[in-house]
Amino acid sequence: MLSYVLKRVLSSVPVMIVVAVVIFALLRLTPGDPAAVLAGNDATAEQLAKIRESLELDEPILVQLLTWFRNLLAGDLGESLLSGIPVVRMIGERVGPTLALAAGTISVTILVAIPMGIVAARRPGGVLDRMVMALSVLGFSVPIFVTGYVLIYLFALKLGWLPVQGYRPPGDGLWSFAQRLILPVLALSGVYVALVARITRSSIIEVLGEDYIRTARAKGAPERRILLRHALRNAAVPIVTIIGIGIASLITGVVVTESVFNLPGLGRLVVEAVLARDYPVIQGLILLFSFTYILINLVVDILYTVFDPRIRY
Amino acid sequence: MTEPAAPHRNPVIRVRDLSVGLVHGSHRPVVDRVGFEIAPGETVCVVGESGSGKSVTAFSIMGLLQTNALRPTGGEILLGDEDLLRAAPERLRHLRSTRMSMVFQEPMTALNPVEKVGRQIEEVLLLHSRMGPAERRQRTLAMLETVHLPDPERIYESFPHQLSGGQRQRVVICIALILEPDLLIADEPTTALDVTTQQQILTLIREMQERQNTAVLFITHDMGVVADIADRVVVMKDGRVVEVSDKERILRAPTHDYTRMLISSVPSLVPELREPLRTEPVLTVEGLHKTFRKKRFLRPASEVRAVQDVSLTLQRKEILGVVGQSGSGKSTVARCIVGLEEPSAGEIVICGERLDRAGTAARRQMRRRIQMVFQDPYRSLNPRVRIGRSMIEGPTNFGVATEAAMERAGELMALVGLPTSALDRYPHQFSGGQRQRICVARALMLEPAVLVADEAVSALDVSVQEQVLELLDEIREETGVGILFITHDLRVAARICDSIFVMNHGRVVEHGPAEHVLARPEQAYTQKLFEAAPGRHWDFRNFRPIEGNSA
Amino acid sequence: MKISAPSDAAGGCAHEDAQPSRRRLILRHLLRAFGTGPALVALVILLLVVLMALFAPLLATADPIAIAPAERLSGSSANHPLGTDAYGRDIYSRVLYGARVSLIVGAGAALVSVAIGLVIGVLAGYFPAVDSVIMRTMDGVMAIPSILLAIALISLTGASLMTVMVAITIPEIPRVVRLVRSVILNVRSEAYVEAAVTLGSPVRRILMRHMVPNTIAPLIVQGTFVFASAILTEATLSFLGAGLPTEIPSWGNIMSEGRSYFQLFPGLVLWPGIALALTLLSVNVLGDVLRDTLDPKMAKRT
Repeated sequence: MLSYVLKRVLSSVPVMIVVAVVIFALLRLTPGDPAAVLAGNDATAEQLAKIRESLELDEPILVQLLTWFRNLLAGDLGESLLSGIPVVRMIGERVGPTLALAAGTISVTILVAIPMGIVAARRPGGVLDRMVMALSVLGFSVPIFVTGYVLIYLFALKLGWLPVQGYRPPGDGLWSFAQRLILPVLALSGVYVALVARITRSSIIEVLGEDYIRTARAKGAPERRILLRHALRNAAVPIVTIIGIGIASLITGVVVTESVFNLPGLGRLVVEAVLARDYPVIQGLILLFSFTYILINLVVDILYTVFDPRIRY
Repeated sequence: MTEPAAPHRNPVIRVRDLSVGLVHGSHRPVVDRVGFEIAPGETVCVVGESGSGKSVTAFSIMGLLQTNALRPTGGEILLGDEDLLRAAPERLRHLRSTRMSMVFQEPMTALNPVEKVGRQIEEVLLLHSRMGPAERRQRTLAMLETVHLPDPERIYESFPHQLSGGQRQRVVICIALILEPDLLIADEPTTALDVTTQQQILTLIREMQERQNTAVLFITHDMGVVADIADRVVVMKDGRVVEVSDKERILRAPTHDYTRMLISSVPSLVPELREPLRTEPVLTVEGLHKTFRKKRFLRPASEVRAVQDVSLTLQRKEILGVVGQSGSGKSTVARCIVGLEEPSAGEIVICGERLDRAGTAARRQMRRRIQMVFQDPYRSLNPRVRIGRSMIEGPTNFGVATEAAMERAGELMALVGLPTSALDRYPHQFSGGQRQRICVARALMLEPAVLVADEAVSALDVSVQEQVLELLDEIREETGVGILFITHDLRVAARICDSIFVMNHGRVVEHGPAEHVLARPEQAYTQKLFEAAPGRHWDFRNFRPIEGNSA
Repeated sequence: MKISAPSDAAGGCAHEDAQPSRRRLILRHLLRAFGTGPALVALVILLLVVLMALFAPLLATADPIAIAPAERLSGSSANHPLGTDAYGRDIYSRVLYGARVSLIVGAGAALVSVAIGLVIGVLAGYFPAVDSVIMRTMDGVMAIPSILLAIALISLTGASLMTVMVAITIPEIPRVVRLVRSVILNVRSEAYVEAAVTLGSPVRRILMRHMVPNTIAPLIVQGTFVFASAILTEATLSFLGAGLPTEIPSWGNIMSEGRSYFQLFPGLVLWPGIALALTLLSVNVLGDVLRDTLDPKMAKRT
């Protein structure tokens, strides 16, 4: 088991290296002078020189790559071209709302999607199943920024129950913090709930066709027990897998949701950086999000051992 | 259906005029007015080929039919005085494990992979008794002991994947019998097991039956098993009962033509005496080794020595059988010879030329002299490609013109007993037996000197099996091809092979002419295999017991 | 389970032509599926969107990029059925033209990612030597959230229809590669592929005749999902202001521009949003139907 965990940990290292190289290569392999690209059309020679210097673009490419990795290992993501503030510090200041949003969404998803999937799997093709499937197609298809605006329109503008946009840190009072998170979490959960409910449903249906479920029926176990005790535990591996993979779409969703609801999180930061052509910030955030994705999936891989003894031995 | 006078004791179960139909579609019933009964302590075998409805009958009794596909349409199933077809689901649930239970075909998948074996047995007690945790555990450990599992404490704490197939089937039997039900349904419980394990499980079922006076309904396709364990036999075909009788009467004097055919198709374990062949060798294998290496993380690579030092010589027109249980390495030998695996060591000589010394081009030319027929006729033809195109694939690879190849394909179709029009069809339009003929024909397209048949008749019903065996026998006579015949089935080997190699753990343990190896095995392992073969005291072809047993 | 309906099993005699061929069966299923219910509605909606895109110049009531400061933010009128935006441009006409961008981006990304993914996937699946290198690279690309990868590419190369399409297509490729590779790996051990090997068939024939055809059905299904996902990504990019410039009207950038006026004129955001949502919904519903009929094995998986 220890060797399994160690193997998983080590196997995510090359993926991280690939990510780091790809992100490094994006800027350097772009046709034309990267500094000119970053500075924009009406940049002065001074500005160009400054960018070159701060990104060390005049060095040979291998030296640049080495510097890039050395800085990464030291936890240095460079500085903003605009403000000169270290990217790591900017991330620290903006991480709060994003964590709150992500944690809220993941909890809502697990609490809503898994029961939905179970209910649907009980009678494939039945009324409840078709409702769940329809909801999940809807969740997939309606973009977050559409859902977001519809929610704002209904609950903030028409009904006036909740504030339109904005964010308050939890220190300013829990209710005003939570109040402003309700709509963003709902909007962001749509896709994720759809994804997890679907996989829960289909894995349980698949498990229900297995021989050992027949054995359980032959024992005289009631359906409820078969579903919750035998089927759900065996379906756990694909379910946690999709929760891990779904982190990718969650990250995209975070960027969009924060824009729609004006949450000052990391997603907003990316968009601000894009609009300001602040490349070191963009690159630092992409790296952060990608590593988060890789690490969460590593945790998921290790979680398999909890659910499946065949991996453990 | 008239039934012979039932035993005097009150039967445990009476099935009367049971019919089961498909939920969708108005096809003929899957099970059509089937009836039989079983008394306490009695074993009734239901035999039939695939599609005969024998399993559906069993599942109907347990109430485990897939309700979205199949549904009982008539008759009654009386367990004691209670009609199971009319019982409420809750009542049926209560009856399972307490009054009736079931053992399934596939022990590898019948247990929940994420739960400890002990807990899975205990679940029965949890569901149907008022025992406390300590008492449940006690009872479970005792039961594990009863089915002769070594070290019950350890087995209790094991997960299914840590146990062998035979051990798992014992666990399933524990689950089925821990509450001492009146009726045990066993659906091909030994089909997925090796012969030696099969024999142990059959003995165990018999032992448990005697201990608990259980009525046993045993579903099987294997006449050998029937001869060993049945009291009475129900023969089924196409959903109907063809014949019901005492075992002796069925095996000695079957009244129905179908039963006669079914029984006489079972090959004898005693090989016929064959003239020794005096032909030139077409294939020689010297010192063949195959080791599978799997890299492991932080540990030395694991090595499986699948084949160790195997040497054999196959002559023209000879059928050489390689016999062994699963994992003996017999299939690996075949795959090395046809080139699907690269041998770790050893030399292969085809028609006098050494394969390992040949260059790439010459190798390819030599490989065409060895062709293969695979086990599963449903997977060995590309479903998207017409039979004709599949047939000519080999010759066109070696530069034969399409038309000439097609003509040859037509001739070979005739040889294997199929019309030329078959060439324009797709594989799904043929039955398993026909597909296997097509595969034989396809292999012959390259005019091979050696045909390797890897379990080529194992997936077929016994009547079809006999036809394909006959075909192989004819073909070697007509074309002179030497056949390397890989099988786990001693009967099949005895029926067709001139000489036999017995393999165990990657090595050849005994070899020689078929009548020597099978009739007077010298090695302990071969003897063990032979003694485990079900129905070895019965000569099915001639409807009589074997006298003066040779083994 | 062993008890399904009895099939024409090994022992059965031949029922000539008793089973209709796979192709005819699929066609029948598709006709049945598309003839009723949600699938039919989805098909009709998608057809309407295609017609909108094709005949946008005929259906439009105004030039979608003509600025008319006098008419800015007017409500619905005869000339402007859905009103105008902050520059006085006609929303209805912009939404019509937006359908063009969505369909071009969706179709382009689907075709290109499937074509490239097929080649790479076959290489990875059939040649163990390159497999791990390819797959680690794909894992790496997959680990970068697609929208961020696209944002980075666009912010470096500048936003044009071409760069946006490239930026959207690249992140879709790894998923196609994984799919193709898994199909190829599965088929590799099929007996009919091994039979082809023993018949002396060259690699090219084994791949083209026996392996690649198995990827077609899953690729058609995956292609539909890429189509939807690319449309969504384009809209998201444009919505965030990192996508197409507003001279090319796209549902995403129409919404992006309407955001500031959302509280007063929700239609600026809702109309293109509805068009986008309906299109995505239709494509996904059709994708599900295709998957259920063409690729039941994959239907079970996701």
